[in-house]
Amino acid sequence: MNFTKPSKQLLILIAALLISGTALAERTLLNVSYDPTRELYQDFNKEFIKYWKDKTGEDVEVQQSHGGGGKQTRAVIDGLEADVLTLALSYDIDQIAEKARLLPKDWQSRLPHNSLPYTSTIVFLVRKGNPKGIKDWGDLVKEGVSVITPNPKTSGGARYNYLAAWAYAEKTLGSKEAAKDFVKKLYKNVPVLDSGARGSTTTFIQRGQGDVLIAWENEAFLAINDNENGKDQFEIIVPPTSILAETPVAVVDKIVKKNGTQDLAEAYLKYLYSPVGQKIAAKHYYRPSEPEQADQADLKRFPKLELFTVADKFGGWAKAQKEHFDDGGTFDQIYAP
Amino acid sequence: MNTISPVLTVHSKPLTIGDADWVRYALVALTLTIIGVFLILPLATVLIEAFAKGWGAYASSLTHPDTLAAIKLTLLTAAITVPLTTVFGVSAAWAIARFEFRGKSLLITLIDLPFSVSPVIAGLIYVLIFGAQGWFGPWFSEHNFKVIFAVPGIVLATLFVTFPFVARELIPLMQEIGHEEEEAALSLGASGWQTFFKITLPNIKWGLLYGVLLCNARAMGEFGAVSVVSGHIRGLTNTLPLHIEVSYNEYDFVGAFASASLLAGLAVVTLVVKTFLEWKQKQDLKASRKAADSH
Repeated sequence: MNFTKPSKQLLILIAALLISGTALAERTLLNVSYDPTRELYQDFNKEFIKYWKDKTGEDVEVQQSHGGGGKQTRAVIDGLEADVLTLALSYDIDQIAEKARLLPKDWQSRLPHNSLPYTSTIVFLVRKGNPKGIKDWGDLVKEGVSVITPNPKTSGGARYNYLAAWAYAEKTLGSKEAAKDFVKKLYKNVPVLDSGARGSTTTFIQRGQGDVLIAWENEAFLAINDNENGKDQFEIIVPPTSILAETPVAVVDKIVKKNGTQDLAEAYLKYLYSPVGQKIAAKHYYRPSEPEQADQADLKRFPKLELFTVADKFGGWAKAQKEHFDDGGTFDQIYAP
Repeated sequence: MNTISPVLTVHSKPLTIGDADWVRYALVALTLTIIGVFLILPLATVLIEAFAKGWGAYASSLTHPDTLAAIKLTLLTAAITVPLTTVFGVSAAWAIARFEFRGKSLLITLIDLPFSVSPVIAGLIYVLIFGAQGWFGPWFSEHNFKVIFAVPGIVLATLFVTFPFVARELIPLMQEIGHEEEEAALSLGASGWQTFFKITLPNIKWGLLYGVLLCNARAMGEFGAVSVVSGHIRGLTNTLPLHIEVSYNEYDFVGAFASASLLAGLAVVTLVVKTFLEWKQKQDLKASRKAADSH
């Protein structure tokens, strides 16, 4: 066998690959995040790297890992070395503090606005013209309406969806029993549970499944504005009431100490609160915690609606998690695939 | 998965007793339709989507740093796992085909284990063993060595799923060839290694290459097991199959399908080489049988 010629080419290719992949940066930061923040952090990381270079002269690299929030939490507990967490709900970071003891339990009081540089909410995305006439949560349980939402066991966004529906039902129908019945009917209308919010969005948009997507507000906006023909195919329906999605950020103490990245990680999260960070958040359809810093044109896109919090309606995430999403909780009781 | 040895084809002409013509044509048409719908059409879709925005977009998405990093990691993983499974496969096949020992059937069963275990489980067992909360995780973490969510974990998971390929290919082949030639060599004074390199290896070379080829295809294409242990850090721990999923989820369809076209290309090349190797192996066997008959 004579392999000389192809193997020469192969060597050149391998050499090219090796050179291309070599990182020039001195330190790297790993940001472990949930599904829909991909575009936000792609933008933000570029700005932060520039800012840090101007400020200190150091070249840094920021790496991203995305997935369903619950899955990402599990990975960090199992040893994925995140310098910073930018997750969908505080309960996930609580879990990391409790189970892996990587950061103190009072992490949420360390940054402004309860460690929330931005928040979001849950809205509906429907097909153009809203053929099924979806206006409020109550319309989702109607017969013949197919609803797309991810699995609350693995997705933080899906837990917000579930709790928003529950809170609506408890308020309008008057009792917990009625609320349980309501979500049971709702999940009967769900043909497929993806593991993360982004999976559900592609199911709805790309594969054309379902009449309504219960989605993060930013996911819904992204689907309409950043997708070819998005405006001709879909529209956003804002229910009169929904849940305030509190999406916190935190530095992971033990990891940054080990990696020697504490100053970098802290600066990274602080920069989220700066005018640049707030502008980028608003641009990517997250509601900035300091709206006066963001562009007014971006802020105008956010519809006004009545928002309730997990703390008000469910007594905090720990309680909500135990009652609804842990093994044997209400979700296990009502969901039969 | 094709674990049946290709040398076992017995009939040179198909048996056509009593089947009416229309039955045959209907079956052929049905087969072609199924192949067209389930194999050719998806493959064509991959290419159409990859080139949906022209050559420029295709090329630029393949030369994106994240894609290059994914290609690099995929090649690295294959470069580590394939030689290891080859060495293991040859020694296992040698032991099983040449010697009688206690626990032989148990060994064969164990070799097949990765075929019967879901790849996701294969990934999870490594998380349970090497994860931060696992058995050895804390020790590795103290010594600053990353297994899970880093390259070693990806290699381990890939090793697990590709383990049986070479061995499974060689065992029936070596049993079929028999050991007369090797015994002759040994009785003429050749050492064990000489016998292996001069007699055994030339006899099994096509089968061995065939096993290596299948093993390589799987090592580069594995998704489930690798997904569990990867951590999905873009540009660092995403292999090509994982990179495809990431790109798809970011609405970067050209990028996703461009990467997919690489894997599809790998599949086609694998198929062509595989056919060639099968043919070559048959020729060799025929030749050696003829030689044996004329003696």
